[in-house]
Amino acid sequence: MSSTRRQFLQGSGALVAYFSLPASVLAQYTSPNPGQTKELRGNTSLDTWIRVEAGGLIVISVGKVEFGQGIRTALAQIAAEELDISMSRVRMAEVDTAHSPDESYTFSAMSVQQSGTRVRKAAAYARQVLLAHAAKTLNLPTAELSVVNGSILHNGQPTGIDYWEILEGKDFDRVVPDDVTAKPLEQYQVIGQSVPRLDIPDKVFAKTSYLADQRMPDMAHARVVRGSSPDARLLEVDTSTVAAMRGVLKVVRDGSFLAVVAEREMQATQAAAKLAESCRWQAKKTFPDASRVSEWLKSAKSQTYPVAERLSLSEKAAVKVHSAQYSRPFLAHASIAPSAAIALWNGKVLTVWSHGQGMYPLRGAIAHTLGLKQQQVRCVHSESGGVYGHNGADDAACDAAAIAMQLPNRPIKLQWSRADEFRGEPYGSAMMVSTRAGLDSQGRIADWQQDIWSCTHSTRPGGAAGAGNLLYAQQKQKPLSVPPPRVIPQPIGGADRNAVPLYDIPALKINKHIVLEAPLRVSALRSLGAYANIFAIESFMDELAVASAVDPFEFRLAHLSDQRARRVLERLREVSAWGQIPTYGTGKGWGIGFAKYKNLSAYCAVFVSLSVDQKNGQVTLDKTHAVIDAGLVVNPDGVRAQIEGGIVQSASWTLKEQVKFGSLGVRSTDWMSYPILGFSEVPELDVEIIERRDQPWLGVAEAAQGPTAAAIANAIFRASGKRLRDIPLTALKILSAVKDPQFA
Amino acid sequence: MTINFKLNDKAVSLDIDPKTPLLEALRNDFELNGPKFGCGLAQCGACSVLLEGEAVRSCVIPVAAVNGLNVTTLEGLGNQQNPHVLQLAFIEEQAMQCGYCSNGMIINAAALLSRNQTPEKKDIDKALAANLCRCGAHPRIVRAIQRAAKSLTKDVT
Ligand code: FES
Ligand code: FES
Repeated sequence: MSSTRRQFLQGSGALVAYFSLPASVLAQYTSPNPGQTKELRGNTSLDTWIRVEAGGLIVISVGKVEFGQGIRTALAQIAAEELDISMSRVRMAEVDTAHSPDESYTFSAMSVQQSGTRVRKAAAYARQVLLAHAAKTLNLPTAELSVVNGSILHNGQPTGIDYWEILEGKDFDRVVPDDVTAKPLEQYQVIGQSVPRLDIPDKVFAKTSYLADQRMPDMAHARVVRGSSPDARLLEVDTSTVAAMRGVLKVVRDGSFLAVVAEREMQATQAAAKLAESCRWQAKKTFPDASRVSEWLKSAKSQTYPVAERLSLSEKAAVKVHSAQYSRPFLAHASIAPSAAIALWNGKVLTVWSHGQGMYPLRGAIAHTLGLKQQQVRCVHSESGGVYGHNGADDAACDAAAIAMQLPNRPIKLQWSRADEFRGEPYGSAMMVSTRAGLDSQGRIADWQQDIWSCTHSTRPGGAAGAGNLLYAQQKQKPLSVPPPRVIPQPIGGADRNAVPLYDIPALKINKHIVLEAPLRVSALRSLGAYANIFAIESFMDELAVASAVDPFEFRLAHLSDQRARRVLERLREVSAWGQIPTYGTGKGWGIGFAKYKNLSAYCAVFVSLSVDQKNGQVTLDKTHAVIDAGLVVNPDGVRAQIEGGIVQSASWTLKEQVKFGSLGVRSTDWMSYPILGFSEVPELDVEIIERRDQPWLGVAEAAQGPTAAAIANAIFRASGKRLRDIPLTALKILSAVKDPQFA
Repeated sequence: MTINFKLNDKAVSLDIDPKTPLLEALRNDFELNGPKFGCGLAQCGACSVLLEGEAVRSCVIPVAAVNGLNVTTLEGLGNQQNPHVLQLAFIEEQAMQCGYCSNGMIINAAALLSRNQTPEKKDIDKALAANLCRCGAHPRIVRAIQRAAKSLTKDVT
């Protein structure tokens, strides 16, 4: 166990000096209506966010978790900026329901927008309060004081006091008011800098960084045993042979939930394998034919929701009508780290260490599932591999919790196997998007119709209401009922995220059809429905550009009045040297894709150049350029890393990935049956940021997924003359298209 | 059974079921964090360690197989006080997102650099062909390895 963790477990009272100021000093800063601090999501007390710690440190506590996206470094930068301290004085506390603010999930590329704004406010208020107190102590006007790295200066000269002295030994429990003035942009020194990530040194030097690195005295090891699909019913198992195996502490069975705990890890793995041999499972669901998922989506029972409607479609006369259908398969998050969790039940409190995306929602869901009171459950975040949405982390946490309840006072470390993760995680839903547009006599889009078929994109077990989404809750003897598919409305949207084209189109009508019962477990995967919608819209824009014989940049710009969108595309055209690439049937081609994520967030345009080997259909990605406008950027290198990673991951989804399943369940169980992009397949990447310091900061983590997919399909079209509309765009599909003169 | 080997330059001995995967012995018995569990199937590279200077997958090697041999983990390559050039380069290039794959990348790159101090991009691609990164940090990882290689040759001349 790391020493910081140990301190947290023991209670950190001795180490921490809380802010404390006389009420009179604070009165002027305290909102008359403290309940109104909406932005802080109910976490209005300043010491929830900021603590001053002995030894010249300031601890920032947030509810958003790190999974490699660099959010905690960005939040530390915001705090350092507002408090006028150096980065080396900032510590980010781990997210723990015992003391962290409740910021729900870390998702939807919303962390800078949400948590960043909250930290800025809390830190700005803390600085105000500290300065006010310094002014009182020094008997000087606040206006003459300034702060350098936590030391108070008077007209630029040291005063001999600093934050740590001001607050020493005092308590700080003040409500953050609504009207806090943050630092003016022109004075920024830390925000906007590519500050190195705080977590990287520990990771390269193999210090305690991950959940797997947590070792506790007396810790036992657990494994779960599941059928070939997670909803299979356990009909029969021989538990007695395994219970007698060396090192086995307990076989846990509750309905169809089956797990084993042993002293040593290998004993648990061997016992789990032995248990699996004697299991008889009955699969509950019948699976549709994996190769015809899009037809299945259309024929399955669904509910239709209107997404957008503008004018009636018949009001504009189109002279040329074009239509197309696009699809994507079920996709796995496929973290490099299979899910894991540690749980400890001491008879009174259940503590769960998890790498899930939301500790508070997880706490509610686990408490409800296990019949405990919320106060009896504590969830502590501990990092693991990247998650990219709602993967198996929450399920593993609840599995571990259920097991720990059977073995009081022993920390239980549960590790899912590679196959557990591939079979058990909720996938990003397959989708089908049909588009139809009319062009007028000038070659402009007159109208646009779009229909989307999809399963839900959100089955997060958020609190008691969502607990039925947890695997254990569904498997146990008295299962919880599974909540109905969640439909996320516009403007954010789930299946319909980014379903409304940003382009100027006089008449449009868009509907979504949500399939009521998914054949596989599904939930949020990075960018949700935006990936397929942007793939469809941006492929279709290319098809329309070809139909109107206009260059794809020009065609988009001709339909785009949003100035920031135009700038992103224009800049992409400048940097991409697209004109120098031979095209159409030469085997080389380029393509572009663009979107404003959620139509609310970052603007991202992607250019891809690639080659198609006409002999085997193999695609080689040569070069990609991306241009991004995310408003005010906290950490430019962090933004670049997110876009680079997004492009590589989206290229992998687009060219290679598909969850395979058949009548016997899920067949994607390892990296052979679910291959992803490797080093030799990754293109050269170049990301340019258009900085807009005057605009609000926007999340970027999901902005590149859709544009990359479309850029690849559009480039394949230019390289091979064939338009591929069904992801994954595999070599096999390209080859058969190239060989088929009828393929259009 | 007692297994004796050299771990990060120190002679160690361990009484253990000889079939235990080396990865488990390193993580659970020696409490090392470098090698990670990613698949247990020799498919991802997260568990890589150096065995007699060669990168191997500790998840599928029984601990008995290293009896009498030299094992080096990420911890043994270098530390904050005395870092390996690759560790420095990974920091300088910010060559990771989640970093769960980084152990495998650094260990395999270390083996590559011991054979070839001036690797080209294609040599790096080849050396890391069976190392998976789900976050898409590949371009940065390649840059970090090239930076480390450059600093090595600079040291020599
Ligand atoms: S964990 Fe050993 S190769 Fe994946
Ligand atoms: S950095 Fe996350 S898997 Fe490589």
